[in-house]
Amino acid sequence: MSRLFMFEKPLGMRDTLPDLYERKAAVRSSIQGEMKRWGYQFIETPALEYYETVGAASAILDQQLFKLLDQQGHTLVLRPDMTAPIARVAASRLLKDELPIRLAYSANVYRAQQREGGRPAEFEQIGVECIGDHTISADGEGMAMMIAALKEAGLQNFQLSVGHIGFVRDFFQQILGTEERAENLTRFLYEKNYVGYREHVKSLALSSIDKQRLLDFLKLRGGEEVIEIAYGLLENGTGKKALAELEQLWGIMQDYGQEDTVKFDLTLVSHMSYYTGILFEVYAGNVGFPIGNGGRYDLLLQKFGKDTGATGFAIRMDRLLEALEDNIAAEHVCCVLYSPERRKEAFDFAREKRSSGKGVVLQDISGVKDIDACTSQYEDITFLVGKAGKESIK
Amino acid sequence: MSDVLTIAMPKGRIFEEAAELLRQAGFQLPPEFDDSRKLIIDVLEENFRFILAKPMDVPTYVEHGVADLGIAGKDVMLEEERDVYELLDLKISACYLAVAGLPNTKINDVAPKIATKYPQIAAAYFREQGEQVEIIKLNGSIELAPMIGLADRIVDIVSTGRTLKENGLVEYETIVGITSRLIVNPVSYRMKDERISEMVGRLTEVIAGEEIRS
Repeated sequence: MSRLFMFEKPLGMRDTLPDLYERKAAVRSSIQGEMKRWGYQFIETPALEYYETVGAASAILDQQLFKLLDQQGHTLVLRPDMTAPIARVAASRLLKDELPIRLAYSANVYRAQQREGGRPAEFEQIGVECIGDHTISADGEGMAMMIAALKEAGLQNFQLSVGHIGFVRDFFQQILGTEERAENLTRFLYEKNYVGYREHVKSLALSSIDKQRLLDFLKLRGGEEVIEIAYGLLENGTGKKALAELEQLWGIMQDYGQEDTVKFDLTLVSHMSYYTGILFEVYAGNVGFPIGNGGRYDLLLQKFGKDTGATGFAIRMDRLLEALEDNIAAEHVCCVLYSPERRKEAFDFAREKRSSGKGVVLQDISGVKDIDACTSQYEDITFLVGKAGKESIK
Repeated sequence: MSDVLTIAMPKGRIFEEAAELLRQAGFQLPPEFDDSRKLIIDVLEENFRFILAKPMDVPTYVEHGVADLGIAGKDVMLEEERDVYELLDLKISACYLAVAGLPNTKINDVAPKIATKYPQIAAAYFREQGEQVEIIKLNGSIELAPMIGLADRIVDIVSTGRTLKENGLVEYETIVGITSRLIVNPVSYRMKDERISEMVGRLTEVIAGEEIRS
């Protein structure tokens, strides 16, 4: 390996400079505000977790985990998502009286990138988890809140695609018979390989009717009407429960008045085993990757010893920022250049301004080499130099 | 502008067949389309923008969303493993990936070497066979490698087999059949759903028609 430059950072790590920091903070605070207004409480968890527990329970692939050893030789991971740590906290500390809990977070997560070294390996996610509520109302609340939060952040053109992994599983198993065969076919959806899916279906020893049902499955995308079409593909009732849940969800989204932003895509498989029910991804028109995703994960809490369901979503801050127009005005800060003779006057002046909520930079004039370069950075400059009484404002 | 559909086309071998397929599906493409040196061609009548890219780069453009759709060989899809939808087998530019080498030779036991333009595919293939080999990445004229002793075998695309023959090489194993695919960015697949579905529908009809005829 070539020698490192002194300014280099590990692959995929990024600095956030003031302009971007301000934009990020503004977006974060508008989303956080919305989440709090829905009664979600923010928590923090440590960046390091045990590999055997939280690392293994997380939805992120093993090769994407950053692993390290502690002094006792335990393998640790830098948290690859926030859902597993929150499930750990909820199961061990918070779940009492069987009441649903609503938690939120904004935190950096870490995922080693395999390709094109510059892709962020550390990025901020902001999201929520609703734990202990098995109703579709909880799924609907998550989606409606995500929409509200994105609108609050100023995002205009976006869409949620909603699927149901339970439907995929039931439907495939009914036709294919075994879990293993169903999983093989599901993998093609997960890999987004429709050509492979069709070839695989054609190669199976099935009746032509069943083959056609599997091929028609790929068309289950669109509005409310998709559910009706999906009912038509079913036989003897398997898969009905999942479709009834989607119907109910549609009703809930209508009551929220948010159904315009939602489309069904029953072919959506975001993960091979993590989700257990309704799942969704959110897309913005000008960004090539999903800016957020979520869904129901009823099996995760079991791994931490509580038998209860949960649903949640996470928004990727970097992609959301990419989708948003750069419309956040920089905070107005003025500058006071002073010399020692008028130092106290300068301090008093600054204190007064600051107490009225203004930002003031106090700069000893002898610390500045190029006065013009310094003054050009600020719109509002006050000189308190030389003998008192000769204040000048640029 | 937002309704424009951007399509990444592979320059070279696949390009003509792909353009022909689009014409058969009833899309109006200008005649200068075929011999233009431009990298971006706007077709206003259809509200299309074509970008002409190196075949290996097509999935990259599509994954990043700067192209909504793309036409890419399955060889490139296997090598690049990009996060895009592989919607349609266009059944054009058929060929296959094969292992080839000088006739009547064995893979060297001491230092088995494989030269290829497709290091991922080659590595995966020999791993599945349980063979430990060294993969040497080349960018072209792969046939040279066994002839001058750089490698025992090559992994490359074979369409007619003529290049191999002219250089005195023979095929040992076929790895996988290759055709061109219509690929789509996951976000475009949802946000520009109607236009993409319409295009897929028209292309499907043409491909099905070709199959019946042949």
